[in-house]
Amino acid sequence: MATDTYLNAGRRAVIEEMQRDGSVWALGEDLGRGGVFGQYKGLQEMFGTSRIADTPISEACIMGAAVGAAMTGTRPIVEMRFSDFALCAVDELVNQAAKARFMFGGQMRVPMVVREPIGMWRSSAAQHSQSLEAWYAHIPGLVVVTPSTPADNLGLLKSAIRNDDPVVYLEHKNLWVLEGDLPDGEHLVPLGEAAIARAGDAVTIVTWSAMRHVCLIAAETLSAQGVEVEVIDLRTLWPWDRDTVFGSVQRTGRLLVVQESVSVAGFGAEIAASVAEALHHDLKAPVRRLGAPRIPIAYAPALEDRARVSQESIIDAVRGLIAPRTAA
Amino acid sequence: MAQDNGHNLDRDRFGAMLQLMHRIRAFEEAAIAAQKDGLVLGAIHPSIGQEAVAAGICANLDRNDLLLSTHRGHGHTLAKGADPLAMMRELFGRAGGTCGGKGGSMHIADFGVGMLGANGVVGANIPIATGAAHGLKLQGSDRIVTCIFGDGAINRGPFLEGLNWARVFDLPVLFVCEDNGFSATTRTREMTGGGGAGARAESLGIPAVAVDGNDLVAVDAAARAAIADIRTGKGPVLMHCRTYRITGHTAVDPATYRPASEVAAQRENCPIARLESALRLAGMADGDLARAHGEAAREMTDIAAQARDTDWPAPEAAYTDVQDMGDPRERAF
Repeated sequence: MATDTYLNAGRRAVIEEMQRDGSVWALGEDLGRGGVFGQYKGLQEMFGTSRIADTPISEACIMGAAVGAAMTGTRPIVEMRFSDFALCAVDELVNQAAKARFMFGGQMRVPMVVREPIGMWRSSAAQHSQSLEAWYAHIPGLVVVTPSTPADNLGLLKSAIRNDDPVVYLEHKNLWVLEGDLPDGEHLVPLGEAAIARAGDAVTIVTWSAMRHVCLIAAETLSAQGVEVEVIDLRTLWPWDRDTVFGSVQRTGRLLVVQESVSVAGFGAEIAASVAEALHHDLKAPVRRLGAPRIPIAYAPALEDRARVSQESIIDAVRGLIAPRTAA
Repeated sequence: MAQDNGHNLDRDRFGAMLQLMHRIRAFEEAAIAAQKDGLVLGAIHPSIGQEAVAAGICANLDRNDLLLSTHRGHGHTLAKGADPLAMMRELFGRAGGTCGGKGGSMHIADFGVGMLGANGVVGANIPIATGAAHGLKLQGSDRIVTCIFGDGAINRGPFLEGLNWARVFDLPVLFVCEDNGFSATTRTREMTGGGGAGARAESLGIPAVAVDGNDLVAVDAAARAAIADIRTGKGPVLMHCRTYRITGHTAVDPATYRPASEVAAQRENCPIARLESALRLAGMADGDLARAHGEAAREMTDIAAQARDTDWPAPEAAYTDVQDMGDPRERAF
């Protein structure tokens, strides 16, 4: 067991999978200099310029070329720098990568991983801060992964690289420096399995990505006040782990979904609606969602913070869920 | 001009290519007729009048080479070696179609013959073809990729990104601009700045050759030279083939945006008629020429009849080939 960062965990995943499988390669802008955040530092020296490929600033062609390269027997890792830039390649991802296997009647598959760093990070403003995971979860054909810890970034990225369908892999920029224990040897985290980050019986909090950590801090505060919440980190949004979520809500009878992204039409709505449809009779309180207001993310901290879900708002929401209902 | 060189034509080779062009045209005529009968379900984009591009390019490809096509891709697909019955079944939405009835005309693909798909989005095949070549190069393959797109595609960003990429990485790609003059229903020249496909390719350092796309012999010769260069590792080449779309944008588009006289003149310039003239000069008998046409028409009429008698796909197939993970039926109903 070694301690390392979320960033280095992803780097280790790429190294291990490239060593294991000669068909894995990575392409994107500036990869020879380590990538914009250093996720690929030293990899071009290890694997050469063919397998760690610097590309033009051509997001559509990066994504589209990966589709073609995947169709011809390689397993590309696409680096998009910022998830916001992947919007220049929506046709290539949504119309091409996601649909090719189905549209062509299963004649082939498109095994590719699209790494798109998401989230609010250091006054990055409206075009470098978004979390658009709900868009991808909406698209048949895509797997959507949102790792939140160093160990999960290692294990989930390795699983994503081995997956035979396109995976949108959303690392959170604010977690790059997060440290945690990494298992020695082979560490694979299965896609589609949530983690119970903290056990509890009062309220089920379902979250993913960086909000896991905010939820856990809020949970500590609540615990000190005698309220034990269960925090479920989905880890994979499609397919999401219904069994773990439903099992927890059946025990607690209360659900709070916490997401960093805009709440309106966010993935939290899918969780909330699914629980409301399936577990209506188990619920002791209406389901709650917390997410960002429907505003672009601002530059100035005082404005940017208006888009953040805070520990306090989580604590307030939990308290509201467990408060005895009063007659109207 | 091909007609002037007719005496020197290789009758076997060009006789076979004439036969292929007849088969492409007969396939599309059968499909248009079947659409009127309600058997072809969605839109089809005929390539009638453009057959020399498909035939002349594909005659110079190996079966293992790869081809990516457009929404107007029946001819390319047939020329690459796909089974026309499977293609017709696909147009009819039937079991046994090239894509099991999941794609239709705009998504015909036959990976078994290296045909990596028509595409419903203009120009979208360019980055994919480029990436396919990139993948082949990474694997040390000696196969090449041909990417056929229309004149409208050169005004989309992926054209620039894909061609630049192919040059930067010296990829084995033959880019073919099959220029039928129309971007859907608008004349491309009115929507295009500068010198067009060839000039844009050359500005990126990619050699470009312009050819009369209705002259099968010229297309064949240009393709052979370009492909030979690509196989020696010189990187991408662009061929600009000027042709003309005899039908409207789709089979049901009456194309009233152009004068009838223009279409009539272009019918005289039809690549099949021109190759027939050349072959006649080379000594092919009228009876042989007529037989080529008749055999193709009979083949495709029979195929349409067989496709009509094929079962629909099992409804459950709607849920297969989506992705390995997750149940696509979840929360659907």
